[in-house]
Amino acid sequence: MSAVPETALSERTEPLLDLRDVTVTYRTSEGPLPAVRGVNLTVAPGQVVGLAGESGCGKSTLVSTVLRLQPSGAKVEGEVLVLGQDVQTVGWGALRALRWAEASIVFQGALHSLNPVQRIGAQIAEPITVHEPDLGDAAVQRRVEELLEQVGLPGARKRAYPHQLSGGQRQRVMIAMALACRPQLIVADEPTTALDVMVQAQILDLLRDLVRDLGVGLLIISHDLSVLADVCDRVLVMYAGRVVESGTAAQAFTDPLHPYTAALSGAFPRIGDPAARYAPAGLAGDPPDPRELPPGCSFAPRCPRAVDRCTEAEPPLLEVAPGRPVACIRVGEP
Amino acid sequence: MSAAAVPAPDPAPDDVVLEARGVEVEFVTRTGHAARALDGVDLSVRRGEVLAIVGESGSGKTTLARTLMGLERPTRGEVVFGGAPLDYSFRGLKAYRSRVQMVLQDAAGSLNPRQTVYESVAEGIRLHRRDRSDEQGRSEAELVAAALAESGLRPPERLFLRYPHELSGGQKQRVLIAGALALRPEVLLADEPVSSLDASIRGEILALLLRFRQELGMGVAVVTHDLGLAWNIADRIAVMYLGRVVECGTTEEVLTAPRHPYTQALLSVVPEIEQLEPVVLTGEVPDPSRIPSGCRFHPRCPKLADGTADRAGVAGDCVGTPLPVLPATGDHRAACHLA
Repeated sequence: MSAVPETALSERTEPLLDLRDVTVTYRTSEGPLPAVRGVNLTVAPGQVVGLAGESGCGKSTLVSTVLRLQPSGAKVEGEVLVLGQDVQTVGWGALRALRWAEASIVFQGALHSLNPVQRIGAQIAEPITVHEPDLGDAAVQRRVEELLEQVGLPGARKRAYPHQLSGGQRQRVMIAMALACRPQLIVADEPTTALDVMVQAQILDLLRDLVRDLGVGLLIISHDLSVLADVCDRVLVMYAGRVVESGTAAQAFTDPLHPYTAALSGAFPRIGDPAARYAPAGLAGDPPDPRELPPGCSFAPRCPRAVDRCTEAEPPLLEVAPGRPVACIRVGEP
Repeated sequence: MSAAAVPAPDPAPDDVVLEARGVEVEFVTRTGHAARALDGVDLSVRRGEVLAIVGESGSGKTTLARTLMGLERPTRGEVVFGGAPLDYSFRGLKAYRSRVQMVLQDAAGSLNPRQTVYESVAEGIRLHRRDRSDEQGRSEAELVAAALAESGLRPPERLFLRYPHELSGGQKQRVLIAGALALRPEVLLADEPVSSLDASIRGEILALLLRFRQELGMGVAVVTHDLGLAWNIADRIAVMYLGRVVECGTTEEVLTAPRHPYTQALLSVVPEIEQLEPVVLTGEVPDPSRIPSGCRFHPRCPKLADGTADRAGVAGDCVGTPLPVLPATGDHRAACHLA
């Protein structure tokens, strides 16, 4: 499998996150299940990178490897470097130090990720007291209030229980928790899914401000390409465990080269576009079972542009223009 | 444009099949305050038409759908179906629910995990048809198969004995729709039918709703916060804010020439609209036990905050003069002192 390294960064800073040819295989009773196949990805300080794809494409599995949170039955190959350290091989002590303090994850589903019987202030304080045991109680409480204010909630809300908050407020609490130990890398898994448009806009604004003010690196996972196009510098599109296209956010959304990216982009109509009236765009079929991938290009069975040649070999991820790797043999063909 | 792209002719007003007339729904909160989730709503659903009811969480759109379904009883006002007020007796509601069906938001949670696909779809037929067959004498199994096939699950027999956990998210949503469709309702109410589905599946489910409207002449009301969905399939839109319809009209009118500042703000934050300067409203929809005076949107209104309302000489009205309930006519109207 050919792999194109992501080298399109303007600044020559060391990446906060560097995934090198990462492959994740689950052991199942029906044989090995390749969930992620040879993914390369980097996130630099101050950069926002988006990972798009539908359920089952491997994006959440890939994210779980960043803090070595993958299930015990999963075999990870390749390198997962967070600030230069390989997360998959470091000792437990180093891994504990790295989680929260160097990299943190905002998990999907803010309602289910918070403890319903604990005040939110105590939940935000927990990682702080674990990582900075010498910090006095008053200092921890001050930090909790600062964090809440940083995400746009009054400090006094620390006494609230999760059920007393709206969906948007709970998502803000999740972000405050992720910031608790001042990490340099934040991973957000579907941070706005299930939120209203207005609350979604508020949360995206907040994430943008944090990247600008704190200079952190942010990796956002979403099935909604329009959300990623709005906040990301770069977007990678995954299908059946592989990256099939990457480019700037605008390129991926408005000028997709891979037919799968085009389908994702077309799923969200431009309001005012007469062609989208009474014509919702979709993609027939479901993604393939990773244990029984179709021959050649995994997307071919659902692809509107597929020809016989597509089933001969898996198309390599080739740079078709500077900074535009695409895994499709029909790019540029009419 | 595809073959499905032929819009229905403008439905005549007498095509109205389901109506809300001055509907108010009040709840009493734990602290004893009255919270008015719906505060006077006039709305009509017509045959062969898709109506989108849009708004944020807390706007009352789900309460409205539940009230139209007969799950909530209006404190004031009435729900009218086929010209007659809804009969809330057990028999009345049962008869009503064979003609008006609802598809709930969470497909995964709405299917019984211990029921096969066949049982889930057949349940409605058993409840509502004593003879378990239709006018053409089709058996229960034939009706279930037809409903599954019409919902895009082909061949249907292959799915009969599957359980919900063996289905994908899109398939579960289709099974729910098939269950509603098996009874040949005149109106289908769908609450956020695609919000939990992948982008790729979304289009197929929406195309399905469009087909029901076109081929079966069904009236479809979709509750959603997704304006792109409305642009894709809706003939008309009602925008809700804090228990009221604040703007209504055809989809083209409301989405390309919005008159209410709230609709304008909602449109400006849709990620793919780049030409608009995003107006991100602060805060969330207020608590319905404390509806603001004057225009209920005034505390968050960008036009009042930036002085536009003041220059137009209506700032005092915005704060002090309540707006009338919008009538359920087909015209483009906005409940705003500026509009």
